[in-house]
Amino acid sequence: MNLTLKVWRQDGPEATGHMDTHALEGVSPDMSFLEMMDMLNDQIIRAGGEPVAFDHDCREGICGMCSMFINGEAHGPGRGVTTCQLHMRSFNDGDTIAIEPWRAQAFPVIKDLTVDRSAFDRVIQAGGYISVNTSGNTIDANAIPVPKEQADDAFSAATCIGCGACVASCKNASAMLFVSAKVSQFALLPQGQPERESRVQRMVEQMDKEGFGNCTNTGACAVECPKGIDLSNIARMNRDFMSAAVKSKK
Amino acid sequence: MLDSKIPEGPLADKWTKYKDDIQLVNPANKRSIDVIVVGTGLAGSSAAASLAEMGYNVKALCFQDSPRRAHSIAAQGGINAAKNYQNDGDSVHRLFYDTVKGGDYRSREANVHRLAEVSTNIIDQCVAQGVPFAREYGGLLDNRSFGGVLVSRTFYAKGQTGQQLLLGAYSALSRQISKGKVDMLTRHEMMDVVMVDGKCRGIIARNLVTGELERHAAHAVVLATGGYGNVFFLSTNAMGSNVSAAWKAHKKGAHMANPCFTQIHPTCIPVSGEHQSKLTLMSESLRNDGRIWVPAKKEDAEAIRKGTKTALEIAEADRDYYLERRYPAFGNLVPRDVASRAAKERCDAGFGVNKTGEAVFLDFASAFKRYGKTEASIRGLSQPSTEEIVTLGKEVVKAKYGNLFDMYKQIAADNPYETPMKIYPAVHYTMGGLWVDYNLMTSVSGLYATGESNFSDHGANRLGASALMQGLADGYFVLPYTIGDYLANDIRTGAISSNSAEFEAAEKAVQERIDHLINNNGSKPVDDFHRRLGRIMWNECGMSRNEAGLKKAIADIRALREEFWKDVRVPGNATSYNPELDKAGRVADFLEQGELMCMDALAREESCGGHFREEHQTPEGEALRDDENFAFVSAWEFAGDPSESKLIKEDLVFENIELKQRSYK
Ligand SMILES: Cc1cc2nc3c(=O)[nH]c(=O)nc-3n(C[C@H](O)[C@H](O)[C@H](O)COP(=O)(O)OP(=O)(O)OC[C@H]3O[C@@H](n4cnc5c(N)ncnc54)[C@H](O)[C@@H]3O)c2cc1C
Ligand code: SF4
Ligand code: FES
Repeated sequence: MNLTLKVWRQDGPEATGHMDTHALEGVSPDMSFLEMMDMLNDQIIRAGGEPVAFDHDCREGICGMCSMFINGEAHGPGRGVTTCQLHMRSFNDGDTIAIEPWRAQAFPVIKDLTVDRSAFDRVIQAGGYISVNTSGNTIDANAIPVPKEQADDAFSAATCIGCGACVASCKNASAMLFVSAKVSQFALLPQGQPERESRVQRMVEQMDKEGFGNCTNTGACAVECPKGIDLSNIARMNRDFMSAAVKSKK
Repeated sequence: MLDSKIPEGPLADKWTKYKDDIQLVNPANKRSIDVIVVGTGLAGSSAAASLAEMGYNVKALCFQDSPRRAHSIAAQGGINAAKNYQNDGDSVHRLFYDTVKGGDYRSREANVHRLAEVSTNIIDQCVAQGVPFAREYGGLLDNRSFGGVLVSRTFYAKGQTGQQLLLGAYSALSRQISKGKVDMLTRHEMMDVVMVDGKCRGIIARNLVTGELERHAAHAVVLATGGYGNVFFLSTNAMGSNVSAAWKAHKKGAHMANPCFTQIHPTCIPVSGEHQSKLTLMSESLRNDGRIWVPAKKEDAEAIRKGTKTALEIAEADRDYYLERRYPAFGNLVPRDVASRAAKERCDAGFGVNKTGEAVFLDFASAFKRYGKTEASIRGLSQPSTEEIVTLGKEVVKAKYGNLFDMYKQIAADNPYETPMKIYPAVHYTMGGLWVDYNLMTSVSGLYATGESNFSDHGANRLGASALMQGLADGYFVLPYTIGDYLANDIRTGAISSNSAEFEAAEKAVQERIDHLINNNGSKPVDDFHRRLGRIMWNECGMSRNEAGLKKAIADIRALREEFWKDVRVPGNATSYNPELDKAGRVADFLEQGELMCMDALAREESCGGHFREEHQTPEGEALRDDENFAFVSAWEFAGDPSESKLIKEDLVFENIELKQRSYK
């Protein structure tokens, strides 16, 4: 396949960016999208230029590092896949492909397609945990049975990879889907109950501080989420937040 | 001489007695002690969180943008623990025995026993943290089986066990970061360790965003930097996984142990072309239900390769389920090294089933039928058709392995519910690593190594679901004790200064190497060299090795290393974000480590576990160990250049297990 690539180039957080155009020939449909980017970079380096910087690590859809906005969609045209799982067979010979970074106030660009998502870490630090120290003598793992359905729902929420596609897809750059996934995981488990209220309050407060926008229920986040995190998590978080707010006023 | 510092006394009492006897640091003193943890995978996150909870000041580093993205996140299948919840005869002793046997009798009894002992605490700890393991309908934890064992002791969270465990450790770490007890440095790479008066007292790190070099001083340093499978270029490891931190430590005096012990995983998606950048694992758990085969007739295999026949057209009688044929007792669940070699043997003999001739089938047809029948009877269907049964069976398989099947479909563009998967062995894990004693301290005072970066527990072959167990055992339950025994001597030392001549010199050396790479102005990108190194390693130091090949590999690697330093092209500058520069530094280290691996493979004149020397095999083609001459750990001491490295032997003493020819027949 022969492609025309329009790629966002930006030297640093303060620099102004622009789209660069590259022709790339001989792309195999079996390549992953990132292997295609490797090929582009190889071409650029051999020609004496500077390669396109992009985040990636596992290349199998689980680390959450890859983050490209492809033809106007977070992680490109596929559903339920990350950028690294996208294959070139999803495109046609002669296509022009636009490749941009996540765009959100809370995710400043570091270079080219690489952005700073540390805001997510700070939201987790605000309360995305169960306060239990390491010790050799917590209670036996089977001491508290957890109904399978509830455990499965907690697991589904916990599969969020923290990629930020939800934020990048939302016109308000809201992080509700990400935050609600973590809140839900713990809200669904008996171990998460003691801190349930303070957790949701602290995490939401931090989320607002980081400059993520408000949720206006458009649902674009869940459409682009590579892990199928469900909108019902947002509803659960809203309920928990309201009930915590009511109680703390008393 | 190497002192493994294994405590005296009966095997089952060693760890308990050790804990009772060690020196403790009182809580007030812990506040004035600094520890650096490099790496935030299972081993690093768990250690950093636990040490901070105990009161130490911790600094943690990772090269990714968040500690949650360490390579541990990708582990699929599960984690072992001797809980015996299934009441199938499991015990601490059995887990210990399976691990030593699975490792082909090349690991330390005392370390492995301790690992088995603490395994049960890990599951308790993780559940308390909110790790959502798979459960049965009654609400209790579910288990599955992994290769090389006859019990069900593997805990799992669908095909994302590593993710869930790492997120658990990450949340514990996040809690300590929020308390200010851990200073977390992301997008930071350790460039060297710094020695002061014979002790490791800190590191030089590079801020990958700004390119700045930083000095970090501490009373002790822990490396939890993962494995070096990427020396083969193609592996199931994440792209950034590297040997650099361990290699830098090696060059400062930490011995590298058993570097040639590499695990080649039998079930990975085969290479699709030259562009391939990494390989994807299909979890071993699939071998619970999938049957591995190739055509029994060469002409059928040829027809499949040419595309004139498909797997479905090969009659049952014309299929060779070679693992079931060769190893009736364990069948498709033989350990990884055995399964990988058997696949290579069939493909080398001309029975491979894809274009390149390097693939075998992993077939779920029998599982569809078996599960379908059970499901039909549960649902009370009378005389269901074969079609109905298969459809029901597919649903059951989907519930178990859905995400893996989807992943396969996505990559191979082929539907594994309709045709068998094609798989081939790929580099997956490195049993070798930094030599550590019972305390997990390297041969450098104050420098520790945990998780995959050390060599300690898996001998010459690791059993499935045991790496996650080891990483968390080291970080949650072993290191927090053992490091205290060392730090107890440092309570009066006071803060370590990074303003010393030693830090100055280390920083300067790092800067010079970076300048060299950036100013080299060669003609070839870093990946060009990495790919070529990978090819040499895979061909000569991969699934089977021989003297001539290894000698050739050593010469070829030296030549390639020379060419690299002359002709590598690193674009950009060293004072801003530059991933090519980061990669160049890592490949430069692989080019040294690769040579040492080949030297180690050459020196070990026996076959054991993942190390198969063609000169040493039984008439049936099984690995032939030489316990008389090779029951030792090879610890290599650096002496200026990889080729000058000196071999030091730590004899392995087996007091509780009788050494036997490993048999899975
Ligand atoms: C695809 C796959 C599936 C697997 N499945 C299983 C399984 O089901 N069960 C099982 O038991 N095992 C499994 N394994 C093995 C297991 O995942 C690993 O052995 C284990 O997770 C390693 O953990 P670790 O903490 O030692 O290192 P890692 O998780 O690799 O972490 C290394 C850390 O070190 C950091 N680092 C490295 N170098 C530097 C440096 N120079 N400076 C700063 N930071 C650095 C990285 O940023 C990272 O944080 C699997 C492995 C793979 C590849
Ligand atoms: S909710 Fe989905 S899109 Fe958002 S960070 Fe998690 S996995 Fe990514
Ligand atoms: S690179 Fe890890 S999810 Fe894409």
